[in-house]
Amino acid sequence: MIDAVTKRYPDGTTAVDRLTLEIPDGSITVLVGPSGCGKTTTLRMINRMVEPTEGRILLDGRDVREAPVNALRRSMGYVIQHAGLFPHRSVVDNIATVPRLLGWDKNKARDRARELMERVGLDASFAKRYPYQLSGGQQQRVGVARALAADPPVLLMDEPFSAVDPIVRKGLQDELLRIQADLGKTVVFVTHDIDEAIKLGDMVAVLREGGRLAQYAPPAQLLSAPADAFVEDFLGVDRGIRHLSFFGTEGLELSTEPIVAEDATAEQVRAATLAETPFVLVTDAEGRPRGWADALDLATGGAGELLPYGHAFTIGRDSLRAALDSAVLSPTGWAVAVDEQGRAVGVAAQEAVAAAIRSAHTADVLR
Amino acid sequence: MSHGGFFEVPSDLQNTWWGLVGWQLQLTLVPVLCGLVIALPIALFCRRFGWIYPPVLGVSTVFYAVPSLALFVFLIDWFGESDLTVEIPLTLYTLVVLVPAIVDGMRSVSEDTRAAAEAMGFGTLRRYFQVELPIAVPAVFAGLRVATVSSVSLVSVGMLIGNEGALGNLLSDALNYHRPLLAWDAVLSIAVIGVLLDTLLVLARRLLTPWARKATAK
Repeated sequence: MIDAVTKRYPDGTTAVDRLTLEIPDGSITVLVGPSGCGKTTTLRMINRMVEPTEGRILLDGRDVREAPVNALRRSMGYVIQHAGLFPHRSVVDNIATVPRLLGWDKNKARDRARELMERVGLDASFAKRYPYQLSGGQQQRVGVARALAADPPVLLMDEPFSAVDPIVRKGLQDELLRIQADLGKTVVFVTHDIDEAIKLGDMVAVLREGGRLAQYAPPAQLLSAPADAFVEDFLGVDRGIRHLSFFGTEGLELSTEPIVAEDATAEQVRAATLAETPFVLVTDAEGRPRGWADALDLATGGAGELLPYGHAFTIGRDSLRAALDSAVLSPTGWAVAVDEQGRAVGVAAQEAVAAAIRSAHTADVLR
Repeated sequence: MSHGGFFEVPSDLQNTWWGLVGWQLQLTLVPVLCGLVIALPIALFCRRFGWIYPPVLGVSTVFYAVPSLALFVFLIDWFGESDLTVEIPLTLYTLVVLVPAIVDGMRSVSEDTRAAAEAMGFGTLRRYFQVELPIAVPAVFAGLRVATVSSVSLVSVGMLIGNEGALGNLLSDALNYHRPLLAWDAVLSIAVIGVLLDTLLVLARRLLTPWARKATAK
């Protein structure tokens, strides 16, 4: 709970201006905004690396200034941009840092560290290595493990994934969501990347220059109803498309007819052909999609040359955004739906996806 | 040449060549070790109270500017023609190198690492001893190498205050007895000792800082 907190510097600049945020326990709250919006300052006020000029920060109803500062910090995990590992300590000893500070026995701390390496997806063979021997992504995994080592209820993360390349970043984000699903920490996450905020946040606080709060809402609401022009601009031009990530594909009507096995007879192909499209989807022996074929060509014994289908979406698990993308990418304009085993279960025209989007929006408004 | 070979030390020195080498090592290493022991707390104070660092540097540089011979002569009044008279000035000289080496080494710790240490709840002293000093070890060794090599050669000046210069004493004998070979002996022996000590320090640093192997093996 951040209560009317202001940070002013002696030179008169205001980094954070009367910020009030109710941060829910056990979920990820993202502070996002352009540089100079006071998001890092806010984060650092939580563990008192920066002291607020006015206002209070309450943790479970108690002012953070009541506890001794180092005890407070040891009860909060902290992850920063370049990981900030100790170059002179091996991976296990880096991770074991806070348990050691808390007076754990060395072996117990190292056992705990090894346990955490597994949790963050680091092979045990890395234990004895030094930070310089790791890639940026691996260092950041060590950074996350180190923050989790003493099992703190609160995790503060300051742009932890912004210095790694996009593929590694996606891996780290997915890993964080997986870990969070297991551990349910109260995470406060700072980023300047709105996509990252929307992907990770249960709640997202958008800050503007001068440390003022522009909007505090769940990501879906942020996308569907930005509070003002600043938030709208910050979200970018494709927020409508991104909002589709929050709608499931359960309501999407699939056509099951135009799917044929690769050894189908001319008769079967003719029966499967729809009036709406000249193409049928050809599947392999296991029922997995192979590609689109011209139905007439296939029925008259043609070579059966296959058009690629782009990518399929997994029905029930992927969002309408994935379904729409699949339909847009497909050369036939039809999206391919597969089940968890990758078997084609149906296809949907762009029109069908559009209908699903409309009804999802209607349901969203009514809710 | 009626006066023996390269390693034959004139009897007035009352020592063997090996004896002179041992003495040279003592007069070199005692000041370096004392210097390190004294420089550590000074550097920690400079790190804790930043404002005392410039005056400390200023005072130690003034000491360095005083010619060693002048200091030796000055100290004879208190300690006579003894080892201490040589070791005290050399200790002061090593401080000039070691204090900045330690302070700058501790300051060189990256901002990320320092912030991480603070955020994890390291107190100031703990941060100095468990994070900043260990990370400063390569810089400290760089300072130790300079201090050691300069001490090895400065010891020989001690010959001027009553044969207190270990291998340097061979230089005065070379003059007195017109035996240039003794001068060669002194110069080469001192140089070899310097190179050997330097090599040992490099090896020690590598053993102590396995974590920095890549950074230092450029």
